[in-house]
Amino acid sequence: MSEPQDASGSRQDRPTQTTPAVEVHGVDKVFETRSGHVQALESIDLTVAAGEFVSLIGPSGCGKSTLMRLVADLDEPTAGDLAVFGKSARQARLDQEYGIAFQQAGLLPWRTVAGNVALPLELHGVASAARASRVAELLDMVGLADFADRHPDQLSGGMQQRVAIARALAEQPRLLLMDEPFGALDEMTREKMQTELVRISAETGAAVVFVTHSIPEAVFLSDRVVVMSPRPGRIREIVPMRLGAEAERAERTEELREERAFFDMVTAVREALHGGSPVGAGARGVETR
Amino acid sequence: MREQTETAVTDAPDVAMRDASAPARDTRPPRRARGGRRLATWLWGLAGIVAIALIWEVYKLLGPADGVVIGGARVLPRTTDLAMPHVWDMAGRLAEPVTRSASAQPLWLVIVLAALTTLGIAAAGWLVGLVVGVGLALVMQRWRIAEWGLLPWIVLSQTVPLIAFAPVVKSWGSRVEIGAFEWQDWMSVALIASYLAFFPIAVGALKGLQSPDVIHEELMQTYAAGYWQTLVKLRFPAAVPYLLPALRLGAANAVVGAVVAEVSTGLQGGIGRILIQFAGQASGDPAKAWGPIFGAVVLGLVAAGSVALLGVILKNYRRTEEAA
Repeated sequence: MSEPQDASGSRQDRPTQTTPAVEVHGVDKVFETRSGHVQALESIDLTVAAGEFVSLIGPSGCGKSTLMRLVADLDEPTAGDLAVFGKSARQARLDQEYGIAFQQAGLLPWRTVAGNVALPLELHGVASAARASRVAELLDMVGLADFADRHPDQLSGGMQQRVAIARALAEQPRLLLMDEPFGALDEMTREKMQTELVRISAETGAAVVFVTHSIPEAVFLSDRVVVMSPRPGRIREIVPMRLGAEAERAERTEELREERAFFDMVTAVREALHGGSPVGAGARGVETR
Repeated sequence: MREQTETAVTDAPDVAMRDASAPARDTRPPRRARGGRRLATWLWGLAGIVAIALIWEVYKLLGPADGVVIGGARVLPRTTDLAMPHVWDMAGRLAEPVTRSASAQPLWLVIVLAALTTLGIAAAGWLVGLVVGVGLALVMQRWRIAEWGLLPWIVLSQTVPLIAFAPVVKSWGSRVEIGAFEWQDWMSVALIASYLAFFPIAVGALKGLQSPDVIHEELMQTYAAGYWQTLVKLRFPAAVPYLLPALRLGAANAVVGAVVAEVSTGLQGGIGRILIQFAGQASGDPAKAWGPIFGAVVLGLVAAGSVALLGVILKNYRRTEEAA
């Protein structure tokens, strides 16, 4: 009980804790393609508080990944303002304000598990002793301490993804960006990883922007679920999760998945997704499992 | 909370063990089986050589003395001792002295020494080819426009006939004199070897440097890693699987280039020279001419094999990520 509180307690000392992790105002994103303009995002407004867990959900093509890429400064908005901890997205990237995990683990196959987690530390000149202890700590956190010397091809998909999460956390970012990180995993592994992510985000106190197309996943993990609709990508509704408000994030356990409140939230998000349009047409590509 | 952390930690390796050890066991057979397979590879290689020797001898025994001629063209060679010496004659000749003079070295030693000279020149050429090839690949990877501008010329460069090109290089080289540095004849040969070696290396290195996945490039971008950091941590390691075959091809090319250039520039001391010299003596001593040919074959194998050794050292860079 004491460990996670210490971790989040020390974070509260930071003065920037009060500035929101992400602020998005009136952001548009237009892609120029051969067949013309594609409006990927239209007038997006969203604020993610420090330490808050926000999921972006919606059918394929609703721009949820694009929005995350804008926050990560992997793409630039066509219009509007975007700030990460009060800085421009570019400055936030240069300052390493966020850690990121993609749908594929994206580990470097020639590096060991420890080497992969150490990569960002190595790039930013962390001394090798400090690096080793930080890597050991992270691998402990994701339960892979015994696998430090393995190579990615010797790991299962779930383990690779855990290495990727450890790597994203390497520099103690206050913001974690995750683009369907569990999308390629089987259901069993997926639920296990979700539980672990809840624990890890509570331990680190980091804000999380989590892209998914699974409603139960979004409900289980999030403080708020941002429901998006496609063509053009818009925010249809932001559904607050009562689960998050009342309970400590870390206390979300497997039992939660079977509680009535959980199903009520799933229903609320599903209704927001369908939002008037006939069921089936509006929510194509969204998993309800 | 504590309890949950612990179950997560203890459960994980349990699941993981099962997941991880299974493929590891499948992909890597037990040590004995691996050793057996390696032995089998060698045995098959040996069987191939024996088979060629057998075919040679059987044809020599049964084939017509004047060879097989169809429509004025000889499709199979004469079987006389002059055209096709016995396998044992060729092998035996290697142990005999080169000339009848009392102080003459055995033929095999002369061939080995000549082959080593050529190997050294080829290695120098290969190194130059490596530097030039990788350098060109770096420029082409960095600037798309350089790739469009350079690649056609690189391909075109290989269509220039080497024989025509060798004497020109030699005569240019003989005019080079910078301070104490004077252009040696072997340098012309090495330069021509590098001319053949750089091509596969440039093409392979370019492909390798361009090979990282978008996800890896974007990851480096999120780390705010610069060009050099990305090059060292991502592009070069990712290029290894492409570079190794290119380097092997480059090594074989360097040997061919060195031998041909020795012949056409008339450089003394290398295997190309004795190849020509002994071929001239073939009417009197047909088995002797085959010695340098075997030498050249072994030379090529040694050159390519050395690069294979490099592959063993870099084996971790040849892993590929598998989604389980």
